[in-house]
Amino acid sequence: MAHLSLANLERAESIVACYPQRRSALIPLCHLAQAQDGWLSEEAMEDIAGLLGCTPAEVRGTASFYDMLHTEPVGRHVVTVCTNIACMLAGAYEVLDHAEASLGISVGQTTADGEFTLEQAECLAGCDNAPCVQVNHRFFGPLDPDGFDALAKDLRSGRLAETVPAHGILSRIERSVGLPGQAAGSGGGAEAGGERGSPAGGERGSPAGPPTGAVPE
Amino acid sequence: MITRAPRIVTSRVELADSFTLERYLATGGYEALRKALSMAPADVAAEVNKASLLGRGGAGFPAGRKWSMLRHATTTYLVVNGDESEPATFKDHVLIERDPHQILEGTAIAAYATGVSKAFIYCRGEFALGLERLQQACNEAYAYGALGADVLGSRYALDVVIHPGAGAYICGEETALLESLEGKRGFPRIKPPFFPAAFGLYGEPTVVNNVETISNLPWIVTHGGDRFAALGEGSSTGTRLFALSGRVEHPGCFEIEMSKTTFRDLIYDPSLGGGIPAGKALRAFIPGGVSAPWFGPDQLDLGLNQDVVGQAGSMLGSGSVVVMDSDTCPVRAAWRIAQFFHRESCGECTPCREGSGWIEKIMYRLEHGLGREEDIDLVLDACDNISPGLRWPPAQTTICVLGPSIPSAIVSAAKMFRDEMLVHVKDGSCPFPADVVRRG
Repeated sequence: MAHLSLANLERAESIVACYPQRRSALIPLCHLAQAQDGWLSEEAMEDIAGLLGCTPAEVRGTASFYDMLHTEPVGRHVVTVCTNIACMLAGAYEVLDHAEASLGISVGQTTADGEFTLEQAECLAGCDNAPCVQVNHRFFGPLDPDGFDALAKDLRSGRLAETVPAHGILSRIERSVGLPGQAAGSGGGAEAGGERGSPAGGERGSPAGPPTGAVPE
Repeated sequence: MITRAPRIVTSRVELADSFTLERYLATGGYEALRKALSMAPADVAAEVNKASLLGRGGAGFPAGRKWSMLRHATTTYLVVNGDESEPATFKDHVLIERDPHQILEGTAIAAYATGVSKAFIYCRGEFALGLERLQQACNEAYAYGALGADVLGSRYALDVVIHPGAGAYICGEETALLESLEGKRGFPRIKPPFFPAAFGLYGEPTVVNNVETISNLPWIVTHGGDRFAALGEGSSTGTRLFALSGRVEHPGCFEIEMSKTTFRDLIYDPSLGGGIPAGKALRAFIPGGVSAPWFGPDQLDLGLNQDVVGQAGSMLGSGSVVVMDSDTCPVRAAWRIAQFFHRESCGECTPCREGSGWIEKIMYRLEHGLGREEDIDLVLDACDNISPGLRWPPAQTTICVLGPSIPSAIVSAAKMFRDEMLVHVKDGSCPFPADVVRRG
């Protein structure tokens, strides 16, 4: 009995089909599993290994290299405070210290109610909005301690549910075209970006079909 | 007078719907690709050679020459590097979120010119919104016919896959990126022999280009390589995105003609950085990402030109400039950069893996007033073990350039701010004010 849901197993197969070698889909499938569970469980890694034709140890050994892949459970909101040079110069450690105090946890821990996991990040490329913070990899900033508290309150109340989807960076959009045997318009219905809905779902053109590898003369 | 024209890669970024196919088409989108497809691939490559477009990822290698090194084989790949992670660099982030179609069009042009039928865009995993925008744009481009089995009716076939990373600085290094794209840990490959052009993705010849490099291609094809090369000076042609951060009034990402602007303009011009808050003095600045040696006030009048900055002992690197004012503790800045490298060292080579840890610990105790005078020489000795001679450009004892990047900040701080380091030792604490959030 697979741990990943039937829909996710199907989606996993369509992701694997994008690559000339199955193993290439390892990171995308880990993101997919995190969209389902928030983290990478033993069972999810076994499923992924089965899909890729490698061992669960190879999945874990690879996943443990990457900061975004969690091999332990995390809270509903993973809050990442950047403290690298640009954010540090803008007072990021003040924000981080405040975050630890107000959430009552240290970096790397999860609140008892499961709402927040606090992380310290290396540069997130949001230096024009320093100090910057990500929640489930959505950007916020510049933040001061009061701004952090307001953000935490909004997250707790669910007011930011639109801007900050649950875990899994691939949860809101998927490839809808160009794959062998895939019908047009399946998936991809998410709005790409909170500010303004771009045309979504429904009216995709005919699938382009698999590339033939033909290069013009 | 700073002229910020022409806008080559940022012409759309300020439009609210810049990332949609509708807006892209309304602003001339995919016309360059149409033009490229009417030319022979070799002629497209020749235009890019004429433009002498330097790679915008950090190493500054000419893009056209990179293409010409591609071994002709039945299977070849194009990989676009969007794993922007050099601290204080946020230009690709802007391009990915604001103009994903431009990246796709550039990708298609590069793929056509190099005879590739399968391309991957490796996007940094933390750019969740950027990944959504890229995938949405990719879906739209397929539906429009700009990608797929028959690109714009030319019978040229191209498949583009948007691939997410998962958080690892090292994966910005091109061979580590290829390992990561193969579903493995991001361990760099040794070069030679594993130059991607000869042995790249799945061992096949592969071109790896940065997102900003790729984003220049539609303009170059439309306007011609000569017009691009007419901008800038010497080998630094065209415009470039500079990401300005730290203690400046207006941190931001600015597209500027190469060579014609100085660091002083970038930091102080009211239309760019707008100067240092509260009228403080400049202590130092980093000219091209934290891997670059620092400059002081004396270098403010250097032009934003790859060769000029190189000859002055640093690099333009990833185009990110970090400003430190008179309140900034240079020891703390150097310690934080050392900590970054320690955390992000992939662990493959001993000098980098072990050395970065030693350096971070010594810098930590210096900054926190627990250091000894001899620690300064000790930390430089540790740096020398990673990059013998501590010269510029640096010598290398490791597989990739992450190792020799570690000493840059440390050596800069020790050379420029030895006295400040000694005050830390004498006082037993940091004499500078704590970094606080600016309010209001």
